[in-house]
This record gives sequence, structure tokens and C-alpha cells, in this order.
Amino acid sequence: MIRLATLSAFVISLFVLTGHTATHPLQESLRGTGNLGVVIERASGSVLIIDTTKRAALARVEGLGDLSHASVVFSPSQQYAYVFGRDGGLSKIDMLTSTLARRIIQGGNSIGGAISDDGTLVAVSNYEPGGVRVFDAATLELVADIPANWKNGRSKTVGLVDAPGRRFVFTLWDAGETWIADFSSGATTPSLTKIGGVGNQPYDALITADGRFYLTGLFGEDGMTVFDLWQTPVVARRILAAYGRGQKRLPVYKMPHLEGWALAGDRFVLPAIGRHEVLWVDARSFKELRRTKVHGQPVFAVARPDGRHVWVNFAHPRNDTIQVIDAPTGTVVHELKPGPAVLHMEFLPRGNEVWVSVRDSNVIQVYDARRFTKVAEIPAKSPSGIFLTARAYRTGL
Amino acid sequence: MCRREVFAMFVGFIASAPALAGGTIEPTRAQELEQLVRHDCGSCHGMTLKGGLGPDIRAQRLAGASVEAITEIILNGVANTPMPPWRSLLSEKEARWVAEYLLREGDR
Repeated sequence: MIRLATLSAFVISLFVLTGHTATHPLQESLRGTGNLGVVIERASGSVLIIDTTKRAALARVEGLGDLSHASVVFSPSQQYAYVFGRDGGLSKIDMLTSTLARRIIQGGNSIGGAISDDGTLVAVSNYEPGGVRVFDAATLELVADIPANWKNGRSKTVGLVDAPGRRFVFTLWDAGETWIADFSSGATTPSLTKIGGVGNQPYDALITADGRFYLTGLFGEDGMTVFDLWQTPVVARRILAAYGRGQKRLPVYKMPHLEGWALAGDRFVLPAIGRHEVLWVDARSFKELRRTKVHGQPVFAVARPDGRHVWVNFAHPRNDTIQVIDAPTGTVVHELKPGPAVLHMEFLPRGNEVWVSVRDSNVIQVYDARRFTKVAEIPAKSPSGIFLTARAYRTGL
Repeated sequence: MCRREVFAMFVGFIASAPALAGGTIEPTRAQELEQLVRHDCGSCHGMTLKGGLGPDIRAQRLAGASVEAITEIILNGVANTPMPPWRSLLSEKEARWVAEYLLREGDR
């Protein structure tokens, strides 16, 4: 009898407890942001807030200016997305309310940005006026202006990334220099380190996820340049210098992106410029290991998070195709035809799905990353970049 | 048909008149070429053509350049710069259409 009474009391209290949580006034409105993302709608100056669990767009945020070639970084809370527009616009979007929290026009012509490791500074790379501007991540007020001055005026800046220790690293296209802006002292004026000898026309750069190596791609000559940020002083070291020597490069209709770089196990895979190839490079010695012939000139080569497969998309006029390369063997194991103008691919952080923007079909396609089957389509207007909030915890993304 | 629609049709006719006058580029191909200018040329020159890694190519900047000179740059590229030759993707007529488009509508 006592036992029955205890049991019924337990059942009643369980009922009351569950009843209580179900009617908690906050529960309906509370949600996490770890499964959200932003899709750039490049032609309409808008972004979609996407939910990767529901495989759906939750809302559209408009009025963001020229978003051709836009990119996004996230606050450590994953609540805010910072959108870098082509027209110099810097927009801060609240992912929870799908609203524009703040927006400034910080330059005339911009090419990407980065957020410091502590989440307090947002930096923007500008073609015009050439240089980098750094803003308070909370207020978007200007903290530092770093004009990229060199002997012939101001240089366009490319390849801006965050580096550990409240630093930003970027490269001067015209000057062939890489600069490190160090904000670790807390002062609003950074200490600047300028490294020459990068090479001719560095067009983009990447930083490895451990924050140690910064690699710049060169348009004006063969090879690449690598910087070991653990060294003192940091020096430019040429790698892959033999690559392409004596070979005629094809016309380049779209510059490859290095930001979507891939570390697949113990090797990098890099899109070759002006060739229908990707390059495999040893991640420690930076020596070329092999090349894989691919469908066209690669734009992004993105590794599945486990590093087993690398997905590659291509430049105009071969941009309707994706190829999947097996990293251990370097062979193409699958080919997809999502449709004209595949612009970007983003893996979910555990690697189970990949989200693909197909600009001219006005759609985001979602693929099972192991079976290569399409599992969903989400309408979007001229979609380009797809940025998931998991990037908040990745150096260089 | 309301007055605004008639006006829009009239404007559309005027806008496409130079291409029709040439009589060489089909309207569907012209649409593809416009898409190419905005999105593919735009990857270096910006979707609004005001420049990026490549220079500003809006009509006001190109003013004074001849259709022939711009067509030549489109077809053959510019040595020692990232501007590629488009000859393998565009016919001479199409390159000329693009040059005329830039001079005519590149400010839009």
C-alpha cells in the first residue's frame, strides 16, 4: 500500500513536471542557433536564414546592398552574422530574430572580412580605398584604419583572415606583401608586421585551422607562398615553384577561392589556377604529392569534415558540375550535375550533408554526402555563398 | 492593358532596338550575354560593374573608348593582367554586342 502510494505520487509529480515544462512561457520562443546558417542572394541584396534540421528557410533579410561576392562570419554566440557586401556594406544580422541589427557603409568596394578569435573585432578588406578597416563587433564603430600604402599608392587587399592572438593577416595584391595586424595589446592601433617577397599578383590566401600556416595563391607567376606564423620572424617561403613551369595556362574566367581550402588527412588539396586540375600537397613539407585531373578549372575544393572526400566545383563555362574525389587514392569517385552555375558548397559540421547553391536554378540543393543523393531543395533567389554558424568556431572561416 | 504596361513595352522596345538593328544577336542569346556580363564579368568587375579586382567598366568610365577597342579587349584579353581572352566563348559579333551593351547600359 505504501509502495503504491509512493508510485502514484511519483507519477503525479512526473505529470506535473512535464506539464509544467510544456507550458513554460519561454519554451515556444527559445531556440539554439547551432543548426542555422545564412545564404547570400547575390542579385537581390538579401539573405536567407536557413535551418539545417528542418531543411528550410526561416526568413529573408533584405536591404543589404550589393551582395555579389559577399561573405559572412559569425559571433562566438552564433547569434550574429556579419555580412560583408561588395559595395563596402557591413551588416550585422540577428539570427534569432532574423532582423538587421546594424548596418554601415565602411568602404567603396570590398572583398571579404574576418572576426578576431575573441569575437570583439570585425575586419573588412577593401579594394577601394585599398586596405583593411577594423570595427567593434558590438557597435560597428571604427577601431582602426589600416591603409595598404606602398610605393605606388594604395594596394588592393585580399586574403584577409583571423589568426590566433587577436591578429588579422592579409595580402596586398599590387605590392606583393603580406601584413600581420596584431591587436593583442588591447590598444586600438595595431602593431603591424610587413613581409615582402610574396610574389607577383597574390590573389587570395588561406590560414590552416590550427592558425599556423598562411598560404597565398599567385596569379602572376607559378607556385604559392607559405608563412609559418609560429616562426620569429615570419618569412615568405615559396612552394610548388615547379608547378606549371613551361606549361601554357588556360584563360582564367573565375579566380579560384582558397578560403574553401581542404585539409584531407595529411594533405592539402588546392584548386590549380588556369588548369583542369587539383593539387595535392603534403601538409608538413608543402611538397607536391600528386595532381588529379578534373572536369574544369576548379573554384572551390572543399573536404568533407572527416577528410575522406573532397568536393570540387568549377568555373564558367563548366560550372554545372560537381566532382567528388577520394582523398586516399586521388581519384574521382562521383560526378553530380546540379545545374548551371553551382557557386558554393557547405558541409554540415558532422559531414552528413552538403548544401549546394545553384544560382541559375534559384535553388539550394541538399545532398546526402555519403550516398550522393539529393534529399531536399530550398528555393532561393540567385544564391551564392552558404555560411553555417558552425564557422563561428573555425579559425580562418 | 494599363498605361504603365504600354510604357514598359515601349521602353523595352527602345532598349532592345540597337540589338535588333544589328539583326545578329537573338533576344534569348542577348539575355544570356547580359547574364554573362553581370555575373561572370562581374566576378572581377563587380555585378554593378564598378570594379573589384578588375577595373571599373561602367559606361561613364568607358566613355571615349570605341566599340572596336573594347571588343578587341574582350576577345583578346589584356596581357599580364587577369583579364582573359573570351574568344573561345564569344563570337566577334557577341563580343561587339557586349561592348555596345557596356557603353549603353553599363551604368544601370
